[in-house]
Amino acid sequence: MAQLSLGSSPIYKAKFARSTIFDPKLKFLEIEQTQLGFWNSSKKDIFLRLQTSMVPSGLNPRDIYRSNMALRLQASTEGVALVQETTETTPKLINDSSDSFTEMKNRFLSFKKHKYLENLERYQELAQAQAPKFLVISCADSRVCPSYILGFQPGEAFVVRNVANLVPPFENGPCETNAALEFSVTTLEVENILVTGHSCCGGIRALMSMEDEENSSSFIKNWVVVGKAAKSSTKATASNLSFDQQCKHCEKESINNSLLNLLTYPWVEERVAKGLLSLHGGYYNFVDCTYEKWTLDYQKSNPKQETGGYAIKNREFWS
Amino acid sequence: MSTTFDPIQRINDGFEQFKINEFNKDPDYYRQLAQKQQPKFLMFACSDSRVSPTNILNLRPGEAFMARNIANLVPVSNKERYSDIGAIIEYAVETLNVEVILVIGHSRCGGIERLLALPDDETSYDFLDDWVSVAEPAKQRVIAENPDASGEELQTLVEKASVLDSLKNLLSYPYVQSGIEANTLQLLGGYYDFVRGNFQILETVTV
Repeated sequence: MAQLSLGSSPIYKAKFARSTIFDPKLKFLEIEQTQLGFWNSSKKDIFLRLQTSMVPSGLNPRDIYRSNMALRLQASTEGVALVQETTETTPKLINDSSDSFTEMKNRFLSFKKHKYLENLERYQELAQAQAPKFLVISCADSRVCPSYILGFQPGEAFVVRNVANLVPPFENGPCETNAALEFSVTTLEVENILVTGHSCCGGIRALMSMEDEENSSSFIKNWVVVGKAAKSSTKATASNLSFDQQCKHCEKESINNSLLNLLTYPWVEERVAKGLLSLHGGYYNFVDCTYEKWTLDYQKSNPKQETGGYAIKNREFWS
Repeated sequence: MSTTFDPIQRINDGFEQFKINEFNKDPDYYRQLAQKQQPKFLMFACSDSRVSPTNILNLRPGEAFMARNIANLVPVSNKERYSDIGAIIEYAVETLNVEVILVIGHSRCGGIERLLALPDDETSYDFLDDWVSVAEPAKQRVIAENPDASGEELQTLVEKASVLDSLKNLLSYPYVQSGIEANTLQLLGGYYDFVRGNFQILETVTV
C-alpha cells in the first residue's frame, strides 16, 4: 500500500521515475534524471540509454516493470534498447500506464510527422515568439476544446480553460484566469477575447442547483458562485421554464456576465474603449452542432449601471 | 488593430471545417458524447498558443478534461485562494472518474520566464506575478542545486521542476490521494519541447 504524505521526507513507497523521449530521429540518447530534494533520499540518478531503430515505433514500452528504484524497458524486436537492469523486487505490470504511454507516443509522433515537420518553418518561427490574435476562455469540458471545434492552430489562440468558462471580476483578486487575462492583454496584446460556453455544462448546472450558501466544502461550489449574477437574472426572467431550459439560459447569461466582468479590468476596458480589443461571446451546442456568436457593443453598453446594462451586435448563428 | 484579419470569419471557417470533416462524419460518436463525457484524462497544459494538447497529441473530443492556465501550474489545495483549480480537479476525479492526470510543461514558457525575472523587474503585473509565484519553490530549488545555470538552461530546468512540483501538489487534494491509493488514478508529468520537436515523460506517480 502506498505511503503518501507531503513534505521533504521520502514519501512514495511505490513510484517510479522515468524519462522517455518520443523522437523518431533519436539514435542514441543519454538522459540524466534530475535528482530532486523531495524525492526518496536514497534515490540515485538514473541513466537510461536508449538506442532506437529508425522505425518510429522503435521504442516499445508495452511491458513496463516497476521496482522501487529503477526501471526496466523491454526492447522491441526491431529496436535495440540498452537498459538499466532493475533491482531485485518483483515487478508489477502497469497496464493502463503502458497503454497510455504507447498511445501518447503514437499521437505525438503522428503530430510531429504530419504537422510539425511539414510546416517546420512556421513552427520554428513560433518557437521564437507567439503572437496570437485571440484569447479564448473556454470550459474544461472534454467535448468543447476550441482547438478542435473552432480549428485553432498552434500560434492562433492563447487559451484559458476552467470549469464553466467563467471570468471573475477584478475585485475578486488574483486567480489563474485573470493572470492569463493580464498576460494576454498587456504583454501579448491580443485583439480579441472570446468567451465561449456550451450546452449541458456541468458547472452551470452545479451553479443552478446549489443553494445560496456562502461556505461550502466543495471546490466546485466555491468556484461557480462567480457566475451568481447570471443565475439571478436567469431566475428573474426564466423561472417559468423547466430546469434544463433554465440551465441553458444561464449558460448564455453567464457568458455575458463574464464579458461584463472583463470590463472591470482597467487595462481591458481601456483597450476596448480605444477600439484595440473586441469582446466576443460564443455558444457551442454539441447536441445539434451549432455555434452562436455575438460581440459586445461597448459603445452602447453601460456596464457600470446597477442593472449592468449591455448591448450586443453582430449576432450570428452557424449550423 | 490589424485591418486584414477578420476574427469572426476565422472562427466561422474553423467551425465549418469541424462540422463537415468531423462531426458529420461520425454522428453516432458525437450523439453519444452529447449524452455524457467519460474522458480518461485530466490534463493541465499551459495557455500558450503553441502547446494545445489537442494539437500535439491529436486528441478527439471526449478524451481529455482540460485545464489550461499560465505555466500549467497546480497549486497546493486551497479552497479560498484556488477554488478554480480545485473545482477542475474535483469535477474530473469525483464526477468524471478520470484515470490519469497529465501535467504538460513546455519550452520557452512565458510564465516561468516571468517568474525568473522577479523580483527585480521594474514593471509589476499584479495578477500574473501572484499566479506564477506558485512555482517559486521549484525556482528556488533549481537555483540552489544548479548555481551556475542561467538563461535558457535555467529556464528549462525550472519548467521541468515545476511540472514535478505540480504532481506533488496534486496529492494535496484528498480525492487525488485516495484515488492513487485505490489504484484508480495515476499522475504523469510531461514536457513538450517545441524548439527541438520532442515530447518527454518526466515522471509518473502510481500506487
